[in-house]
Amino acid sequence: MSRKLGIALGALVLLLFAGSLLIGPAALGLGESLAALVRGGAERDAVALVMQEVRLPRALLGLMTGASLGLAGAAMQGFLRNPLAEPGLIGTSASAALGAVIALQTGIASLHLLALPGAALLGALVSVGLILAIAGPRGGALALILAGIALSALAGALTALVLNLSPNPFAAAEIVFWMLGSLTDRSMVHVGVAAPFVLAGGAVLISLGRGLDALTLGEDAAAALGVNLARLRLLVILGAAALVGGVTAVAGAIGFVGLVVPHVLRPFVGARPSALLPASALGGAAMVLAADIAVRLIAPDRDLKLGVLTAMIGAPFFLHLIWRLRRQLA
Amino acid sequence: MQAFARVSRAALAAVLLLGSGGPVPAGEVPARVVSLNLCTDQLAMLLAAPGQLVAVSHLARDPLSSPMAVEAMAYPITRGQAEEVFLLRPDLVLAGTYTTRATVELLRRLGVRVEEFAPPAALTDVGVQMRAVGAALGRAEEGARMAEAFEARLATLRAEPGPRAALYDAGGYTGGEHTLAGEILAAAGFRNVASEVGLEAGGFLPLEPLLLAQPDAVVTGEVYPGASRAEEILSHPALASLTRAGAVSDADWVCGTPHVLDAIARLGAAREALAE
Repeated sequence: MSRKLGIALGALVLLLFAGSLLIGPAALGLGESLAALVRGGAERDAVALVMQEVRLPRALLGLMTGASLGLAGAAMQGFLRNPLAEPGLIGTSASAALGAVIALQTGIASLHLLALPGAALLGALVSVGLILAIAGPRGGALALILAGIALSALAGALTALVLNLSPNPFAAAEIVFWMLGSLTDRSMVHVGVAAPFVLAGGAVLISLGRGLDALTLGEDAAAALGVNLARLRLLVILGAAALVGGVTAVAGAIGFVGLVVPHVLRPFVGARPSALLPASALGGAAMVLAADIAVRLIAPDRDLKLGVLTAMIGAPFFLHLIWRLRRQLA
Repeated sequence: MQAFARVSRAALAAVLLLGSGGPVPAGEVPARVVSLNLCTDQLAMLLAAPGQLVAVSHLARDPLSSPMAVEAMAYPITRGQAEEVFLLRPDLVLAGTYTTRATVELLRRLGVRVEEFAPPAALTDVGVQMRAVGAALGRAEEGARMAEAFEARLATLRAEPGPRAALYDAGGYTGGEHTLAGEILAAAGFRNVASEVGLEAGGFLPLEPLLLAQPDAVVTGEVYPGASRAEEILSHPALASLTRAGAVSDADWVCGTPHVLDAIARLGAAREALAE
């Protein structure tokens, strides 16, 4: 990633993070809210509580969710050498959501703080593993997309089934949340739950840049350059599953971030995965933070789902990519 | 629609086969009453003559929604589908105004007398409804007696407005002063914080304005088994900084029955405990 691009993206993320902190149903002044952010101890009044316990976790989760989805998308596309590989489209997010829903409804989630994201990771792991087995580096785009559609539909249906069978009268209404994602009223507990998975998965994927660079020359060339393909594949699966599992467990399945962001940034980094990975993390963070701000501005009291906005931007992009790839698909 | 058409055809065939009964005109004392609504279930169990009530809704047996779950075990239940209700050959069906429209319409088309009752939005509606259900059952005297006892005890329970409280439920829903829950809160001697933020009729109150309003107490609802994201807001760390009232809004709060008085009494005791 060039220095200029890094600074520009970093500044954008910082700006949107601040914007996320400053927008909410309680109209608070700029100075007042920023001062309240660091107020502690006995001075912790209602404004401090709003800033520290409601807005800060929301902004942090926006940052983590976007960065995770952008990074996972870029890594999967780099490894599969296919611009359509995206956690939301190929069923990774839906499978992670299924894992989370099962953990919540069976009570496993209440046994240990990390059981919820762990179950989501397991769901994501199964789906990424299956997709890579079916579509693999040599499989075509068609196999990837079709397998992804099947997995998405199955995971979505099972999620709906589990929620419909729940004894909780509110559970069935939450199918929408698990399919479209939202950051409303999340707390620091959720940040803490997702953070270890996001940090671990992020560290793994960022470290794969050189291997993925080599892979752009083809598998044989990469092997000749000393890249262990089996290890690379395992780390991509694990890293992407940890990222997608961690954020989906607390924010629901948010689609298209991992598709749009690497696609937009690719021309700026000369199509080098090692540069695209960090750039996509920053770009993803910016996209989700912006979408979450838009959600609050468009319909402040309706809890509009994040996935609605990302799909409105992402779906036309997806069609555009298919249009360009249709010869290969046919 | 096709399914309904099939059901209605089957039901019509059943009428011809059974050949008995036929709709009882309004005003006569119904002999077989089926209730489809949690609230009419309770009033009917309290007011009906022995043997007059044939079935109640399945919700009547759910202790989280129904204060009379134990009593309801003595009655058969229905899940409120026209087919099963019709086969019980009722001459009166008690329904809520929010009971599935299709079911009510279909039962009426089959000639069953259906009386609908709106969920009470105020404490004054409760006595009215007790009298109305009594009259529908042909037990007007019992209905009037229950309403008078209700109104008399309510008058003794009513407290002057004191501390500020917010009703807070799954998904951040708050009951405004113009709801039954809001009137229970007011009768127990609390000022409703929802009115301060313009939610007199109730509505969704995000955490932020609730925290800034700093109510003296928060009255939350019961948490159902299983898990839901909507209820997670009730265990949000920020909410822990506010004082919980020593009473929750439970099954007693839902319907306009004598149980409302228990809710007011418990909440009143919680208010007195807060003052200490």
